[in-house]
Amino acid sequence: MNAILPAALSRFAALSDHDAFIARHIAPSPADQAAMLRAIGCDSLEQMSARTVPAAIMGADLSAIPAAANEAEVLAELAGLAARNRSDILSLIGQGYHNTHVPPVILRNVLENPGWYTAYTPYQAEIAQGRLEALVTFQTLISDLTALPVANASLLDEATAVAEAVALAHAAHKGKSDTLLVAADLHPQTLAVIRTRAEPVGITVVVAEPEAIVGACAAQKPFALVLQYPGTTGQLRDLRAEIAAVHDAGGLAVVAADPLALCLLTPPGEMGADIAVGSTQRFGVPMGYGGPHAGYMAVREPLKRLLPGRLVGVSLDAAGRPAMRLALQTREQHIRREKATSNICTAQVLLAVMAAMYAVWHGPEGLRRIAERTRLAAAMLAEAARRMGIVPLHDTVFDTVALPMGDRAEPLMQAALTRGINLRRIDDTTVAITTDETVTEAVIARLVDALAEVAGVAAPAMDSLSAPGPLALSRDSAFCTAAVFHSHRSEHGMLRYLKRLEDRDVALNRSMIPLGSCTMKLNATAQMMPITLPGFANMHPFAPADQASGYRILVERLSAWLCAATGFAAVSLQPNAGSQGEYAGLLAIRAWHFARGDRQRDVCLIPSSAHGTNPASAVMAGMRVIVVGCDTDGNVDLADLAAKAAHNADRLAALMVTYPSTHGVFEEGIREACAIIHAHGGQVYMDGANMNAQVGLTSPAAIGADVCHLNLHKTFCIPHGGGGPGVGPIGVAAHLAPHLPNHPCLADAGPETGYGPVSAAPYGSAAILPIPYAYIRLMGPEGLRQATQVAILSANYMAHRLAAHYPILYRGAQGMVAHECILDCRDFQVDTGILVEDIAKRLQDYGFHAPTMSWPVTGTLMIEPTESEPLAELDRFCDAMIAIRGEIARIESGALARADNPLKNAPHTAAEVTASLWPHGYTREEAAFPLPYLRAQKYWPPVKRVDNVHGDRNLVCTCAPLEAYAAAAE
Amino acid sequence: MLRFTKDHEWVRLDGRIATVGITDHAQTALGDVVFVDLPEPGREVSEAEACAVVESVKAASDVYAPLAGRITEHNAALSDDPALVNSDPVGSGWFFKMELADPAAFDALMDAAAYDALVETL
Repeated sequence: MNAILPAALSRFAALSDHDAFIARHIAPSPADQAAMLRAIGCDSLEQMSARTVPAAIMGADLSAIPAAANEAEVLAELAGLAARNRSDILSLIGQGYHNTHVPPVILRNVLENPGWYTAYTPYQAEIAQGRLEALVTFQTLISDLTALPVANASLLDEATAVAEAVALAHAAHKGKSDTLLVAADLHPQTLAVIRTRAEPVGITVVVAEPEAIVGACAAQKPFALVLQYPGTTGQLRDLRAEIAAVHDAGGLAVVAADPLALCLLTPPGEMGADIAVGSTQRFGVPMGYGGPHAGYMAVREPLKRLLPGRLVGVSLDAAGRPAMRLALQTREQHIRREKATSNICTAQVLLAVMAAMYAVWHGPEGLRRIAERTRLAAAMLAEAARRMGIVPLHDTVFDTVALPMGDRAEPLMQAALTRGINLRRIDDTTVAITTDETVTEAVIARLVDALAEVAGVAAPAMDSLSAPGPLALSRDSAFCTAAVFHSHRSEHGMLRYLKRLEDRDVALNRSMIPLGSCTMKLNATAQMMPITLPGFANMHPFAPADQASGYRILVERLSAWLCAATGFAAVSLQPNAGSQGEYAGLLAIRAWHFARGDRQRDVCLIPSSAHGTNPASAVMAGMRVIVVGCDTDGNVDLADLAAKAAHNADRLAALMVTYPSTHGVFEEGIREACAIIHAHGGQVYMDGANMNAQVGLTSPAAIGADVCHLNLHKTFCIPHGGGGPGVGPIGVAAHLAPHLPNHPCLADAGPETGYGPVSAAPYGSAAILPIPYAYIRLMGPEGLRQATQVAILSANYMAHRLAAHYPILYRGAQGMVAHECILDCRDFQVDTGILVEDIAKRLQDYGFHAPTMSWPVTGTLMIEPTESEPLAELDRFCDAMIAIRGEIARIESGALARADNPLKNAPHTAAEVTASLWPHGYTREEAAFPLPYLRAQKYWPPVKRVDNVHGDRNLVCTCAPLEAYAAAAE
Repeated sequence: MLRFTKDHEWVRLDGRIATVGITDHAQTALGDVVFVDLPEPGREVSEAEACAVVESVKAASDVYAPLAGRITEHNAALSDDPALVNSDPVGSGWFFKMELADPAAFDALMDAAAYDALVETL
């Protein structure tokens, strides 16, 4: 009988579901897809793809990517990799990275909460008040700790924050000096990033030992002096004389300061510093093998308009109530382009929120206690060492004890490792121990024991160690005095505060966020879970390489898969944002030209439709930007490109081009454009922002590019975090592979011939690399290709549904859009006075985040649905857009007044709709419940439209009682 | 009598001293002005050199020296009330005054009719 039944194993295989995740990620079902295809007049996904992607570039080889595995399998695989990382060994290495206890209430309710991690950058301020408030808290924390009045809403990491401060100081100095003076006791990775960034823009870096700084200021007349506080080997010195010396020389003082130390020490602002920078990692954010963490920057008032990155300011809403929004955006690259001081786009919002909430949770007394305990642990170790005849390098320290060990340095490293502890080997003879909030009496005892073993003497009794005296540089000023740092001490209080903030915002766990060029796709739970595994979260970036083999395997595999997706030969995972990727890629091009003796090649051609980051990055890479025009169809003007390439043939370095174009079209002429550039000796940089339309169908290599960056936070599922983290690795063709970034603290993190690091950590934001790893494993090559096709299908379906109501601006040769489409809203203004902003704000009443507004074309909306929105959600959004078009029609017909209608007054708050007074010429129901679905799922915007003008004219970016601003406005 | 530049500055001449601001067309295009960065008195500028910045909430524009000369004064009132640029662009919303190296060059700038014609083409 058995012979006629299938064998059990083959039956088991038939019932297995290794590819089950694909249908979870790609939301439209096969039946939905068939209906959508019918609607746009296509028979199949393949036919649709052939009509969308030019035949000349069609094709991609994803065979290096393994077949799909299901969630259980991928979670087990990643748990296995995490287990290979020796997070059981305690790293007291310091150098800018420290163990920290992530408060569980923050871990679960912020870091592991999609309400926080799936939100977008807070451009639509009204529906982002929760995280904007958290960011104002972050800015207040930084401003208080540093004693400098204006702090931004975070930067990428400490090393790049220092580099940004250097660029700021150089700009402020207006070119009167190109010499930068740097204290020798800066963290080595920070110095290396400064060197990478300085050379292309003609800045000379002079390094001075601490005792030589005052003299060097007078002799070198630098535009800025960079100091580390405390120094990387733990030295704690009064910086006032050094700061005064650089001021006398006409330069600015930049201090990279440890925020925990600032709880006890005289802050940089009180010592005269102009700019303070650093990392808030040790405020409750896991080390994560180097990132992501929130860097910070604070400046004196006169420098605020040169501040890079996001700045949150307090303004008023249309009802005169306090409301927050991003301030002074004209500083940023998306406005200033090649004139911007920085190319930075994103912040590290999720991590800045965690750091801010860590301070809210502990309050100033708690922070001080943690800092005191950290200092005491270091002081105990210093005293124990001294009593065993090992005299530390510095008399007073905060957390780092540097020990001159002579020929016993390696034995001490080993003695500590035997006891489960990593120390820092500063040089042949010096070992440093850096304490942190996790160091217990038992850890101190183990270290004292290790020292005793190496010193060959008896260990002093723990209870004989004395407490250190008062600090010479102790802090007198109060910090964290705002109410928020004193109001949420109980866990219930904190839990509800976090929930209250979260509920004010629209994130992907509420509704689709159809932002063009941003790819707000699913960030699956299974992709997120591994990042908080101890094996990934608790690794120091400079732990010995043999303790991080899990990360090494992950990096190797992910790099190989990204090579397959791009068609390139090599990948660097180091850039920790898309803008960093652009910069790193352009430096690779520059280094290649230099290696060939073409040092004069410095012209970068950039289409007028490019992201603003492109020209800003080109300038940072030492290039001159020449803008190439676009034709009336939105395509790069090939005649203009050819003319400008030919005219600059001797100096042509690169073309930066986005593909599919920023207009959401697969341009037919892309290969020709690349060929023109190559014929004139240039290289092609492809901006990977729109990679979600390429994976599996074509590739950057197939279009003819030489280098590209990938936004892993778009195409490869890392969540946007409410405005960061991002990850922007670059892929390069073989000839550029020797010119990728590398790192001074980890030999194999890049080619020996590389140009140095662009980020603080060897693998950038390593802790979130398990997310794209999991996505690629869960989807496999077929799933990835299908995802691209359904992303294109969804965009074309929405274009089809909305075309009768809003003109669709650009289409490809066969009438198809790529993975996004642009709705033209410019004509409404003349007849009805309705601006695109009014439509965006009205969408909030319908429970949606607006599409990308006025970019790349002013007065338009750009929609990118992604493959992970269900058909019902696509339809719900289309219904909302069509209903809004109906409201505009009522203004056209005169049924609604031009000055008083649901669009001009949008968004409507609950307080307004339920108020006794209702002065409008339309009903409350029309205001708040214009479509039936809203009865079941209503989101209430917490504030009315935010007044940007008031906020920029009256800049306030720290917490005070919010009522104070309201009172001032009355 | 006002003269104009293609970069939407207006210029009024009084002896050797020219007063410079941005035109009504320019302030309308920018929208509500939130910040103006002005050149320090004493600075020597060449013709078409960027020497001031005007910012609204959505745009930042350079303002250029219409002719060569030396800055003699800037409108300090704009730092407290940048909205003057919107409310009175050719009056109290002036940006800076400069002593022209060659006052005769003033006559070569566009007159109102020529500037209006330029704006028509935009």
